[in-house]
Amino acid sequence: MRAVVTVIGKDTVGILAKVSAACAKYNNNILEVTQSILQDLFVMIMMIDISNCTIPFTEFADEMAALGEEMGLQVRAMHEDIFNSMHRI
Amino acid sequence: MINTKDILETIRMIQDENLDIRTITMGISLLDCCDSDIGRACNKIYDKITAYAKNLVKTGEDIEKEYGIPIINKRIAVTPIAMVLAACEKKDPVRFAITLEKAAQACGVNFVGGYSALVHKGFSPGDRELIESIPEALSVTDHVCSSVNVGSTKSGINMDAVALMGQIIRKTAELTADRDCIGCAKLVVFCNAPEDNPFMAGAFHGAGEPDCVINVGVSGPGVVRAALAKAGDCDLTQVADIIKKTAFKITRMGQLVAREASRRLGVPFGIVDLSLAPTPAVGDSVAHILEEMGLECCGAHGTTAALALLNDAVKKGGVMASSHVGGLSGAFIPVTEDAGMIEAARKGCLSIEKLEAMTAVCSVGLDMINIPGDTPAEVIAAIIADEAAIGMVNSKTTAVRLIPAIGKKVGEELSFGGLLGGGPVMPLNTWSPARFIARGGRIPAPMQSLKN
Repeated sequence: MRAVVTVIGKDTVGILAKVSAACAKYNNNILEVTQSILQDLFVMIMMIDISNCTIPFTEFADEMAALGEEMGLQVRAMHEDIFNSMHRI
Repeated sequence: MINTKDILETIRMIQDENLDIRTITMGISLLDCCDSDIGRACNKIYDKITAYAKNLVKTGEDIEKEYGIPIINKRIAVTPIAMVLAACEKKDPVRFAITLEKAAQACGVNFVGGYSALVHKGFSPGDRELIESIPEALSVTDHVCSSVNVGSTKSGINMDAVALMGQIIRKTAELTADRDCIGCAKLVVFCNAPEDNPFMAGAFHGAGEPDCVINVGVSGPGVVRAALAKAGDCDLTQVADIIKKTAFKITRMGQLVAREASRRLGVPFGIVDLSLAPTPAVGDSVAHILEEMGLECCGAHGTTAALALLNDAVKKGGVMASSHVGGLSGAFIPVTEDAGMIEAARKGCLSIEKLEAMTAVCSVGLDMINIPGDTPAEVIAAIIADEAAIGMVNSKTTAVRLIPAIGKKVGEELSFGGLLGGGPVMPLNTWSPARFIARGGRIPAPMQSLKN
């Protein structure tokens, strides 16, 4: 099972480190990372493997949202199927 | 990896354009709860609903969090209560309404629909008692929704039921006059009512449905409007294409949620309802889509054509995205629930006559319209008859959900709050249809050939 973590907001030092640390804390392996600047906004997208996540994924999603608030960014963890179903036939 | 652009598009739709799943509705058959003793029947109903739907809200919330898509309502639809009432020796239908209310509260759902009767050809035992109890039932409950089917293409229109519903709507408004007549926002009169509609107030669980089923209603007018805004001044062929593509994406999300909910609850998946359901929130309006197409204000000449295009394109896009489509499936035009419609009604650009024309090409009917408090019952009945005739002749579902604003006049406002919104009292044609309505009887079923 895989999930997509998106981080959107103002670029600051340590975003990647903090988000990766949170993923590692719950045993989620990072499979891929892309990042770019879109209209002054920092956008990072991570594909993570949640098969061995140590807490229920809904709780992990809450943790990521809370981490985002802490850093003044939007951080979302969403099951990859939402994107697959919407954009792939 | 999924394309970055696609990921950001989905997130933008949810975050900025109010994309959501409007409702997961669990349909539950109550046919096995029939009992000659009304107390026993109520107990069976309570036990069955709370057993089947105990995990509905939690499952909805889990899916919401896991996939990051808001699911606004979790609802229950049950077998039309008039069918259960028919078996009871003592016909006291309000006890069923109270039972449904208790069950809804126990499960934590937003609404329970099915305080209903199907009388398109005539009244069977229990039907009349149920209809006459609607005003009281809706005034003593908060979550119960009621619907009555008064006509169909196959059977014509039961004008006795239409006349009765004119009185019932008035009485319901009077009994809830202290709460902005909110009872009427939970009461809808149908022609060709669908048996698998997940949307309120008209949801009920038809007799042809399985024991329990999950139906999902999507939303997303804001997403369609944003896609059209981005496209700029393209021609209407392109407009239709953009709407189709957007509706496809929205519906795929509905299909995913429906499949997941059905799997997790162990209940068969019924249908996805492809409706574009607005909310009073800014950026979630069907009227604004029509205005984005190029109308200065919703209600202007051209509105019917624009709505016809929108409604058809939504269906074409949505049909391929879901394995089973049903319910109402189209664009909704509930006036008080749509920021653009409220504004158009306030400006006087949107009239009830225009809305009636719009209902001939779109999903439901004259929906959530505040009318003057002194409107006689026969005028309400005549509005129902007109609307039912449009549905009957065009082989489509039409409905009427009018709110007589007791003690208020044209231009004054009612406010219901939440998804039901609020808006101005709209003027009506005041010439009397009393003699026509008083005739009663049935309007015969229409020809289905020689169509013109």
